[in-house]
Amino acid sequence: MKSIRKPRLSKMDYAQKKALWGFIYVLPWLIGFVIFFFVPLLSSLRFSFSAITANSDGITVKYIGLQNYVEALTINTSFNRVLTESIVNIVVNIPLIVIFSLFLAVLLNQKFIGRSVARAIFFLPVILASGVIMNLESTSLVQAINDASSGAKVVRSLQSFELEKLMLQAGVSGWGVDYLTGSVDRIYQIVSQSGVQILIFLAGIQTISPQLYEASKMEGATGYEAFWKITFPMVSPLILVNVIYTVVDSVSSNEITDLILDTGFTAFNFGLSSAMATIYFLAVSLILLVGGYLISRKVFYYN
Amino acid sequence: MRYSRLVSVEHWKRWVWSFVRLVLIVGLSFLIVYPILQKISTSIKDKEDLYSPIVVWIPLHFTWDNFKQAITIMDYWETLANTFALSISTTILTAITCALAGYGFARLKFKGSNLLFAGVILTILVPPSTILIPVYLNLKDFTLMGLIPLLTGKSANLLNTYWPFLLTALTANSLKAGLYIFIFRQFFRGIPKEVEEAAYIDGAGIGTTFSRIMLPNALPAIITVLLFSFVWQWNDSFFTTTYLATGKVMSVQLASLPYNLSGITDGVSSRSDPFYLSMVQDTGILLAILPLILMYFCVQRYFVEGIERTGIVG
Repeated sequence: MKSIRKPRLSKMDYAQKKALWGFIYVLPWLIGFVIFFFVPLLSSLRFSFSAITANSDGITVKYIGLQNYVEALTINTSFNRVLTESIVNIVVNIPLIVIFSLFLAVLLNQKFIGRSVARAIFFLPVILASGVIMNLESTSLVQAINDASSGAKVVRSLQSFELEKLMLQAGVSGWGVDYLTGSVDRIYQIVSQSGVQILIFLAGIQTISPQLYEASKMEGATGYEAFWKITFPMVSPLILVNVIYTVVDSVSSNEITDLILDTGFTAFNFGLSSAMATIYFLAVSLILLVGGYLISRKVFYYN
Repeated sequence: MRYSRLVSVEHWKRWVWSFVRLVLIVGLSFLIVYPILQKISTSIKDKEDLYSPIVVWIPLHFTWDNFKQAITIMDYWETLANTFALSISTTILTAITCALAGYGFARLKFKGSNLLFAGVILTILVPPSTILIPVYLNLKDFTLMGLIPLLTGKSANLLNTYWPFLLTALTANSLKAGLYIFIFRQFFRGIPKEVEEAAYIDGAGIGTTFSRIMLPNALPAIITVLLFSFVWQWNDSFFTTTYLATGKVMSVQLASLPYNLSGITDGVSSRSDPFYLSMVQDTGILLAILPLILMYFCVQRYFVEGIERTGIVG
């Protein structure tokens, strides 16, 4: 009797011990979460409802209700425009980046000479795509001069112009044509933002068991069919992951965050800046919710 | 006869596909490498080659002058050492604390641990600019819940020191730390429970199990997190330019490069040639990312293979 009871007791202890250690392991994160995230988040919310004046004694916070939100949405000259631009930009780029990175992951998964070199190059944007470098690059005069003198820009715009005409004549709707040619023009932006997504898709494709492809080949499926019937459903959970990652990645630094920072640190209007940040956060969560809902309905889980 | 023709159609299709693939991959690779190549070409050009129509890629007058200029303006060697110190210290601290938290969330369940994990997800989703201002004010008057004024009599100003980065790294809340916790959690969940139970039966405590069994198994995840964290800390301009506005760190130097450049031509900015300034600026960017590129080519094998086994997918 005793010998049966003893292990059960010690197992209880083990579970408790595990819970205790779990709390200890999570504790550093929890402290940081409270100090550097949760309290700031709450005070950001509080700031957005207040007028803040900074003087030599520190700052005084006075409750003024929704005034900051009203100012951001109706009085501030650039907020509405920049917000819609940034949001539209994110929404437009999501499908492009996800489709492009899935396509490239499939390509990079095939066997060909120089595959490891190609992979190394395609993951390079993970390193290079960062705020400062991208910003400075767009202002580089030497690059602009080189592009102009080599005629690259002229040729490029001519090509998408031709393409546009061709597609419009073929009866594709004007909106779709704009979207496609626009994406051709923004190819560099898309390539440089899809490094991590390619990695995630590639990892996912490699976990698909080869038996599935063998069986489909036996049944006479073409590569195209195998992609839509096997690869696509199997990586569909990762599409969700990648959409979320793309949104999170692109919200962290764009024109709207610049505007928020400017309002806060150049104009020292902390209240207005917090209100803008809150509106921005709400907009981003709306995108994530809608996108997540739409995609998770289509996602296929193997097990 | 018919059979061989069928085979040849297959063969032909495959040939066309590999040609299309080659064109696509070479073209896109070129697109990615192009800015770097151009920067290299620009940085070794002499001033007079800028306006020469026959110079496109390879300069006629080879020179190291741009490098010398950029190095003096950016105070390159000191900046490099500082950036390395900052990135390495935060990277290691972040990896340790995130691994602990990830293991805690994955295997050591306690009451409310799922709720706290929802908090981790929240830190990934909230744009950093939302909480930047309160954090900034908090760091300017850092009290640590009233502890520091108690000890020293006044609150500490942590701006323009490395403390904000070290403290957030020490508490697993640095740049994109939520993502690293997520990666670790997914990975630890993928390691079979039996391994842990076997270790327990052999007399290993929870600390020993973690350090001797789980960590060595999690090497791919560790490498991925180390690399991401190092690179993103190195490149981060968002937090670094706010907390360390006057620090000699790479991203701050890069951000103020256009301004500092205007001082190089005898202080008269109107006399300086914008193209020449842009040339030096390109050289500066090249110098800033060069250590990263060199490092990347040394470790890219682990990088590519590492993430395939980190289980973000699982």
